Amino acid sequence: MTDTGPTMKRLLLTLLLLLLPASNAFAALDPALVRQLAAEESDDKIAAIRQLGASASADAAKVLKAMADDELLVADEAVFIFDGEQAVDAATGAVIDPVPETYESITVNNRLRSELANALAALKLYDPDRAVRLAAATELQSNAGIGMAPILAAAMAKETDAGIQALLKQAHALANLENPDAAARLAAVELLADSASPATRGLLLPLLDEANEPDAAVREAAAQAVDAIEARLAFGEILGQIFSGLSLSSILLLAALGLAITYGVMGVINMAHGELLMIGAYATFFTQTLFRAYFPDYIDWYVLAAIPAAFLAAALVGMLLERTVIRRLYGRPLETLLATWGLSLILIQAARMLFGAQNVEVANPVWMSGGVEIMAGLVLPWNRIVIIGFTLFVLALVWVLMQKTRLGLFVRAITQNRPMAGCVGVPTGRVDTMAFGLGAGIAGLGGVALSQIANVGPDMGQGYIVDSFLVVVLGGVGQLAGAVWAALGLGVVTKFLEGWSGAVIAKIVVLVIVIVFIQKRPQGLFALKGRFVDN
Amino acid sequence: MRTPFTIRVLAAMPRSGWIAMGLFAAITLVLMPALHLFVPEGHPFHVSNYVITLGGKIMCYAIVAVAMDLVWGYAGILSLGHGMFFALGGYAFGMYLMRGIGTDGSYQSHLPDFMVFLDWKELPWYWAGSDSFVLTLILVLAVPSLVAFVFGYFAFRSRIKGVYFAIITQALTFAAMLLFFRNETGFGGNNGFTDFKRILGYDITSPEMRATLFALSALALMLALLAGRYLATSKFGRVLAAIRDAESRVMFIGYNPLHYKLFIWTFSAMLCGIAGALYVPQVGIINPGEMSPANSIEIAIWVAVGGRGTLIGPIIGAGLVNGFKSFFTVAFPEYWLFFLGALFVGVTLWLPEGVVGLWKRIRARVAA
Repeated sequence: MTDTGPTMKRLLLTLLLLLLPASNAFAALDPALVRQLAAEESDDKIAAIRQLGASASADAAKVLKAMADDELLVADEAVFIFDGEQAVDAATGAVIDPVPETYESITVNNRLRSELANALAALKLYDPDRAVRLAAATELQSNAGIGMAPILAAAMAKETDAGIQALLKQAHALANLENPDAAARLAAVELLADSASPATRGLLLPLLDEANEPDAAVREAAAQAVDAIEARLAFGEILGQIFSGLSLSSILLLAALGLAITYGVMGVINMAHGELLMIGAYATFFTQTLFRAYFPDYIDWYVLAAIPAAFLAAALVGMLLERTVIRRLYGRPLETLLATWGLSLILIQAARMLFGAQNVEVANPVWMSGGVEIMAGLVLPWNRIVIIGFTLFVLALVWVLMQKTRLGLFVRAITQNRPMAGCVGVPTGRVDTMAFGLGAGIAGLGGVALSQIANVGPDMGQGYIVDSFLVVVLGGVGQLAGAVWAALGLGVVTKFLEGWSGAVIAKIVVLVIVIVFIQKRPQGLFALKGRFVDN
Repeated sequence: MRTPFTIRVLAAMPRSGWIAMGLFAAITLVLMPALHLFVPEGHPFHVSNYVITLGGKIMCYAIVAVAMDLVWGYAGILSLGHGMFFALGGYAFGMYLMRGIGTDGSYQSHLPDFMVFLDWKELPWYWAGSDSFVLTLILVLAVPSLVAFVFGYFAFRSRIKGVYFAIITQALTFAAMLLFFRNETGFGGNNGFTDFKRILGYDITSPEMRATLFALSALALMLALLAGRYLATSKFGRVLAAIRDAESRVMFIGYNPLHYKLFIWTFSAMLCGIAGALYVPQVGIINPGEMSPANSIEIAIWVAVGGRGTLIGPIIGAGLVNGFKSFFTVAFPEYWLFFLGALFVGVTLWLPEGVVGLWKRIRARVAA
C-alpha cells in the first residue's frame, strides 16, 4: 500500500490538471464591463454591477460573488480571481501567467455591497433550481431598489412558478416605489396594499409625507395601503395570540387533566403532580438517548415511542406513591398536600442526582421543527400544532376511558359518592390506585409534550402545579368538561393579557380573576349539584 | 362577672409554662447577650456572632410558626402563603434600612443603589416616609395585615377553605414573588435589599446591635406565644376550634365564622410581618426568594413537626427543622431535600401530632 500511494497522488494530480481548464471555462463576459468593476467612481462600478446582474449568466454571478467576498483582484489592467494557485482572468477565464506581483482587491463600500447583494439575488432569479429562485425572490422583498425593476420585470416574464411570480410582482412593486413616473408609483402602491408585512408598511410610510412624495394621488393611495396593511397585521397579531393561547391551553389541559382525575376521585391535591410531568419528560429524554444509540435511523420517530414509555413510567411512579403514601392519608386532604409536597422534593432531588442538575437536551424531530406560514409575519410552529393535536388525542382517550370502560364507570361512581359506590361493590381501593395511575400516566403524556417546547430539568414540574390547580378549581371538581373549558379560557386570556401588559402582570391579573370568579361560583364552572357538594 | 384581663393572661399558661418562659427570658434576654458582649472572643463561654445570628433567625421563624399554628392548628386554615406576609414585613423594614444607608452606597446617591442603577431620579411615592422609624414600624404592622385582611375577607366570605384555600394562598405568594422580581416594582428586583448600614444611627453589624436584635426577637417570640395562648384559651379560641371542627354547625348556632377567621388570619399575618422585620436586619438581606411557594410550605412543616394546635410545638418544630437545615446544608447539601421530603412524608404519616404529641404519648405510657 505504501508504495502505491505516491503513484495514486500523481495520477490524481494529473486528472485535476486536466479538469481545471474545463471548470474555468468562462463564457466570455464583456471584458470592458468587468474592468469597469474596478473603476474609480462608485457610480461606474454600480452601473457595471447592474449590467452584470441583468446578464443572467452564471459567470457573472461568480465574478460578483468574488467581488462581494473581496476576492476580485485588480493588477494594472487585469481583473482576476485566484483559482487555487492560479490567477484567472475574471472576464475570459484565461490563466494569467505569471501571477502579477502586486495586486489589490477592489474596494467595496456598503452602497456597493447592497448593490452586489441585489445583483446576486437577481442572478439567482434565473437559477434552474426552484428553491434557489424562491430564496432569491424572498430576499428581494425587503430591499429592491429602482435599479432592480427592469431585472425583476424580465425575471417575471420568464418565471413559471406562481408562488415565485407573486413574490416577484411584490418586489417589482417595491422597486417601482422609487420610479420617477407617478403612475408607476401609484400602480406599485396599489399592488403593495395587498401585502401584510411590516417591512412593506415601513417602505410605504415615507410616502405619506409630502416631502418624499410629490404626487397627491400616490399619497392618498399609500395612506389607504398603510391602513389596509395595518389592519391585516393587527388581524394577524390577534390570530397569533389566539394560537399561542390555544397552545398554552393545550399544555395547561395536559397538565391539569391528570390532576382533575386524581383530585376528583380522591379529593386530594397531589403536589407531586408536576414531578410526574417531569418524569414523563425525562422518559422522553431517555427514549431519545436509546434511539440515538441503537436506532439512529429512526431517530425522527422517537417521540412516538416515548409516548407509551412516558405514560408507563409516570403511571408506575404514581401508583407507587398512591400505594405507599397517599392511601394512608385518606380523608386528610391537608396532610396529603404536605406529604405529596415532600414526595415532590424527593423526586426532584432524585432526578437531580440521576440526570444532573442541568437541563437535558431534548431535540424536536425533523417533522416537528419549523412551522407553517399562515400569512406574512404569522408562522405557526409545527411543534405547537402537533401538541394541540396530541392534546385532542389525549382528551379523546380520557373521554373513552371514562365513559366507555368499566374502570371509567367506577371512577365516576367514586367521584360522585364514595361510600355508596363501595356499598354496591365497586372495589374502591383498587380503583383508587388505577385512577391515580391513570392520572399520573396522563401527566407523563403531558411531560412528553412539554419536553418538545420547554426546558427539561429537575425543577420543570414546579411551575405547573399552581396553574393546573387553577384549571381544576375553575372547571369544577371531577368535571373533565369543566377542565377543558377552564384550560381554554385561562390559556387564551393569559396570552391576550400578556400581549397587552407583560407576563407578570398577566399572571397576577389571571389570579385575581380566578379568585373573583370563585367568589361567584365556589364550585367552579360546572358544579356538581346536589347534597354531596358540601364536605 | 368578667375575669380581669391580667388574671386571664396569667391563666393562659399553666405554672410550668410560666416557669419555662421565665427561664427562656433569662437565657435569651440576659445570659446570651451578656455572654456575647462581655466575654472576650476565644473564651470558651463566648457566644459567637454566628450563634447569635442563627438563634435570632430561628426565633423569627418560630414567631412565624406560632402565627401559622394559630390559623392552621386552631382555625383549620392551612395557608401556603405565610412567607409572603413575612417578606412583606421584611420589605417594609428593609425600606427603612435602605434609606438608612444614606449616601454610603456604591453610587453615593441619596437614592438606594438599585434605583440609581435603574436611572430613577427620585423615590417612588410608596417610599414616602420610609426614612421615619416610627412610620416604618406602623408599616411593618399595617402592610401584611391589610393585605391579609382584604384577601381574607374575600376568601372567607365565599367560604373558600381546605385545599382550595391552601392553593390560592400559594398562588398569591407566587404572584407576589413574580411582582417583586420585577425591577419596575421598585423593591430592588432580583437582588432585593441588602448592604444595610445602620438602624437609628447605630451600626447594624456591631455586637451591641446584634445582641439587641436577638433579645428583641426573643421578646417578640414570647409575646407572640403569650398572645397566642391567651387567644386560644379564651372563648374566642373555643369558637375558632369549633369552626375548625364543624363550621356549618357553628353557623347554625348563630356565630359568623367570617369574623373569627378574619381576625385570626389578620393577626397571624401581622405576627409574620413582625417576624420578617426582625429577621431582615439580622440576616442582612431580603429578596423575593422569601416569597417562593417552597418557603411558605416549609413553614407548615415546622408546625407539623412540632405539633399542631399546641403553640409550643411549632416553636420546637421551627427550632428543630432549622437547626437540622443549618447542619445538613453544610454537611450533606445533596441530601437535604431528601431529608426534608422524608420529613414531610414521615411526619404526616406517623407523627400527626408532632413531637409534642409524641412526648405526650410517651409520658402517658410511662405513667400507665
